[in-house]
Amino acid sequence: MTASQIIFYLISAFMLGTAILAVTTRKIFRSAIWLLFSLIGTAALYFWLEVEFIAAVQIIVYVGGIVVLIIFSIFLTQQSGQRMAKAPITRVIASVLATIFGFSLTFLLISQHSFQLTEKPFDWTISKIGMQMLGTDRNGFALPLEVVSILLLAAMIGCIVIAIKSNPEEK
Amino acid sequence: MNEIPISHILFVSTALFFIGMYGLFTRRNMITMLMAIELILNSVNINFVVFNKYLYPDKLDGIFFTIFIIAIAAAEAAVAIAIIINLYRNHQSIDVEEAEEMKF
Repeated sequence: MTASQIIFYLISAFMLGTAILAVTTRKIFRSAIWLLFSLIGTAALYFWLEVEFIAAVQIIVYVGGIVVLIIFSIFLTQQSGQRMAKAPITRVIASVLATIFGFSLTFLLISQHSFQLTEKPFDWTISKIGMQMLGTDRNGFALPLEVVSILLLAAMIGCIVIAIKSNPEEK
Repeated sequence: MNEIPISHILFVSTALFFIGMYGLFTRRNMITMLMAIELILNSVNINFVVFNKYLYPDKLDGIFFTIFIIAIAAAEAAVAIAIIINLYRNHQSIDVEEAEEMKF
């Protein structure tokens, strides 16, 4: 095994292990911290794949934005030291069976499919991404970019409207 | 870089997807369910980047899909947390079993 392969398996084990801990631990604050480590592991996988731009976006948006938002909402809504209620054993067994069957089905599909790999190098640069992102020709992504910006604006206004504190006399 | 076959990376992302699925099935707390959804979206992002890199290296569509999914996931998380905080204010609980005011 070469160093690159060892690093890949280490990153994958880290990512999957912390993800399992994030969905099984019973303290909600620890769950958020394990999720943080899992997202950092995903960013490391992007670095390993040599797509540094996506790795940077992942760290900025997920680790810097979403996890902080989740931690804030945990502090606003519950006692973080308290343990969550255990799931009923029938639900756990059913979920484990469902996930194992789904995983093995997908595993079979992937292992039996032969992918047509190319030996061409993956040439992405940030300037290429930027030119295509704002391009209006056949391969341009200008319209989706505008739609996403409208969506972000709508989400921002929606969040303020939903979470705003109404006057106590109105209630 | 092609020392790792593409199928191994796809196995990792599949495992991440089903770990998120397990969390979504077993948890009944809205914030932890939101975390499970973030895990699922992450596994989809890995798939897009890997397919783009290994199968269509002369195009950039997978990278664009990943960027848009990350943006939409951020918007979704913000709206979900606003709803959760509003629900907590009205019910003092964020358990999905107890949020049954709009049932039927």
